Amino acid sequence: MDTDKVFKALGDPTRRRLLDLLCDKNGQTLGQLCENLDMARQSATQHLGILEEANLVSTVRRGREKLHFINPVPLHEVYERWVRKFERQRLSLLHDLKKELEGE
Amino acid sequence: MTKETTSFVYVTYILSTPEKVFEAITKPDVARRYWGHENVSDWKLGSKWEHIRANDERTVELVGKVVEVSPPTRLVITWANASQASDPEAYSRVTFEIEEYEDMVRLTVTHDELEAGSGMANGISKGWPAVLSSLKSFLETGRGLDVFAKPKAA
Repeated sequence: MDTDKVFKALGDPTRRRLLDLLCDKNGQTLGQLCENLDMARQSATQHLGILEEANLVSTVRRGREKLHFINPVPLHEVYERWVRKFERQRLSLLHDLKKELEGE
Repeated sequence: MTKETTSFVYVTYILSTPEKVFEAITKPDVARRYWGHENVSDWKLGSKWEHIRANDERTVELVGKVVEVSPPTRLVITWANASQASDPEAYSRVTFEIEEYEDMVRLTVTHDELEAGSGMANGISKGWPAVLSSLKSFLETGRGLDVFAKPKAA
């Protein structure tokens, strides 16, 4: 939704760790996530809030539990805008170089 | 035997209306423009739907049934590889929820009842982010992204 929020959310090792944890196992509760983090539940909640605000994490209530899911859609948008564009240029340079070296 | 299942929840915010988003999923001539596929059905409860590659071969890649339909806010379908259509265990479930969110639409796609570690679970986890980014781009700018894009081989 907001690219600044995505980059800001990613600019913290704990939040990247949370995304890795959800990538390994999607749909975890706060308690499950905290088992793999060395921090108080309250801090973890704040980090998850920032990730949710950036739309990198979505939550679903199931009974009394709140499950967290990684939402890579904004990452894909960042990839399209900030990675693929430059990658394309680099790959086409390599392609030209190869052609030249092979004397095509 | 009950297999371990996994689920995914994808959310995107689109500057559009619920009607347009619903149409983009269910109308073949819209879906082909950002998805490279068409979702073909009469979208009635219990009807079949097919996910067809929008090229000359028109391969049916996925099949399923319409489980719930209430335009323009909710659609639930089952989902399986066309090659596994006769295996009830191969079916997973996809729920589209479309809600107004300020001047935007919040689209949530929940894909669950997937067999953990299956080819389908792996495939959709790569597919949905690309399709949803492309849908957003298409509805906001009139241009979808290339959902089949791969790094250019040198």
